[in-house]
Amino acid sequence: MNVNISIRFIRIWQRNLTVYKESWKVNFLPPLLEPLFYLLAFGIGFSGMIDSVSYASKEVSYVRFIAPSLVAINIMNNAFFENTFGSFVRMYYQKTFDAMMATPLNAEEIITGEIVWGATKAAIGTVIMLIVISFFGLVSYPAGLLIVFAAFLGGIAFGSVAMIFTGIVARIELFNLPIFLFITPMFLFSGTFFPITGLPLWAQYFALLLPLTHLVNLVRALSFGLFNSEALIGFCYLIIFCLIMFPLAIFKMHRRLIK
Amino acid sequence: MSDINEPQPVIDACNIKKSFGAFTAVDDISFSVDKGMCFGILGPNGAGKTSTIRMIYGFSPLTSGDIFVFGLDIKKLHRKIKARIGVCQQDNTLDPDLTVMQNFEVFARYFNIDRKTTLERASSLLKFFALEQRRDARATELSGGMVRRLVIARALINQPELLILDEPTTGLDPQSRHQVWEKLESLKKQGMTILLTTHYMDEAARLCDNLVIMDHGKILAQGSPQSLISEYTGENIIEVAEPEDNLRTFSREKKVRQEDLGHRLIIYAENGPELYQEICGRFTHKSCILRSATLEDVFLKLTGRELRE
Repeated sequence: MNVNISIRFIRIWQRNLTVYKESWKVNFLPPLLEPLFYLLAFGIGFSGMIDSVSYASKEVSYVRFIAPSLVAINIMNNAFFENTFGSFVRMYYQKTFDAMMATPLNAEEIITGEIVWGATKAAIGTVIMLIVISFFGLVSYPAGLLIVFAAFLGGIAFGSVAMIFTGIVARIELFNLPIFLFITPMFLFSGTFFPITGLPLWAQYFALLLPLTHLVNLVRALSFGLFNSEALIGFCYLIIFCLIMFPLAIFKMHRRLIK
Repeated sequence: MSDINEPQPVIDACNIKKSFGAFTAVDDISFSVDKGMCFGILGPNGAGKTSTIRMIYGFSPLTSGDIFVFGLDIKKLHRKIKARIGVCQQDNTLDPDLTVMQNFEVFARYFNIDRKTTLERASSLLKFFALEQRRDARATELSGGMVRRLVIARALINQPELLILDEPTTGLDPQSRHQVWEKLESLKKQGMTILLTTHYMDEAARLCDNLVIMDHGKILAQGSPQSLISEYTGENIIEVAEPEDNLRTFSREKKVRQEDLGHRLIIYAENGPELYQEICGRFTHKSCILRSATLEDVFLKLTGRELRE
């Protein structure tokens, strides 16, 4: 396999942006409303039962604790759904990739453009969410601005994993499998709604293997304006994760696209 | 060595082969297409037409052999080649979420064409393909004929020197087919080199200067539509429905080239009118007609009559 990725991948990114802008009202709605629903449910519903959570040797409100989790979950979902369902529809049903491959673009650039787009969409969603939760004073600035970069990095990580699945599934319904086995457990057990220290020791070690745990750690630290070891480890983990998953995604999709 | 006066072919395919595992889709074929020509690849479903052209536009790697397009090696310079060709694939590959004009804009960016040039070219292409009224319509709102014209128009946005069309009129109604043919004919008049695949013989006969008939990955015959007819069937065909057995004996004795389909006898007649008179007068039959041979006769003769599924 001859890998040849030029800056032309930006053309695929632009194509997806053009389509995104066509329906921006619909696209803006989930990141705008989702945090509000969660904050309402957990902030009002749960806070009666949980006063505070201990984080970084301080007691913080439960809402303050989960707000960054919601951002991290949104990053994961945005990138994962974009590069599974979104990319699969473009590849399989709309034949968008076929059209691109008859132009000077190549398969590697198409996949790169798709993953970078997924990450961009995750970052756009993050900006909208940050604006919403900032009204409730749940983010410390200026460190909080770095969450947008964390979103992009996390987006590349989850988008690459998603693209690997897109490279191997035979039918679109089969995406339910990684969602059920990979996305949902992470959603619940990555230190999102309770600190992982609340888990048995073996489960804590397991949680540390999951990418969402590290993205949550990174986003949470930044939202408190902290640059602690958890943030650093989270950042390094995500970089290494991308360095493994991104080439694998290119490899799997290359095999699928080149006939 | 090629002569300096001899123009270089636009496409030069030498001993190309494409295998998918144990299956050989294209089995060691060679052909070349000269500048300004319309070249057709004909064949039943599964003959290897699409696999052949996919190798030419750099979509599929070759299993073996060489392809030179504009004298450039497709294995090394596919990006350069793809910048100079227009490809119209079999499937509708338009962006359904976008308008007609946006489809041009997005596609032109793949070729690094600037926005101003895109808008100018798109406007004149829409005019040429009678789609001006629909420039702001969504791609999903277009009829089948319009979609096909738009896909061809979009393939011309980079002002290609070679246009590759994979079954350009499959699934279109007769009006739309004729409109597509007219447009392709005027592109040809402007000097465009065209490579097309089709399983419509009337399409090939009307558009192609030269063609190959393929089946099972091999080339069965090559030439101009007229030369293929002369070579394989002769000018005239006598078709007899429900022929009596005496006629079969007669034609066998006369040693005329014929095909016996049971209820129908097809005679490739050199001395058509005389033989026709004789058969009509002497033998009983349900109907007996004399007609000019077409490319379809050549095609069926070469590829057989059994169904391909």
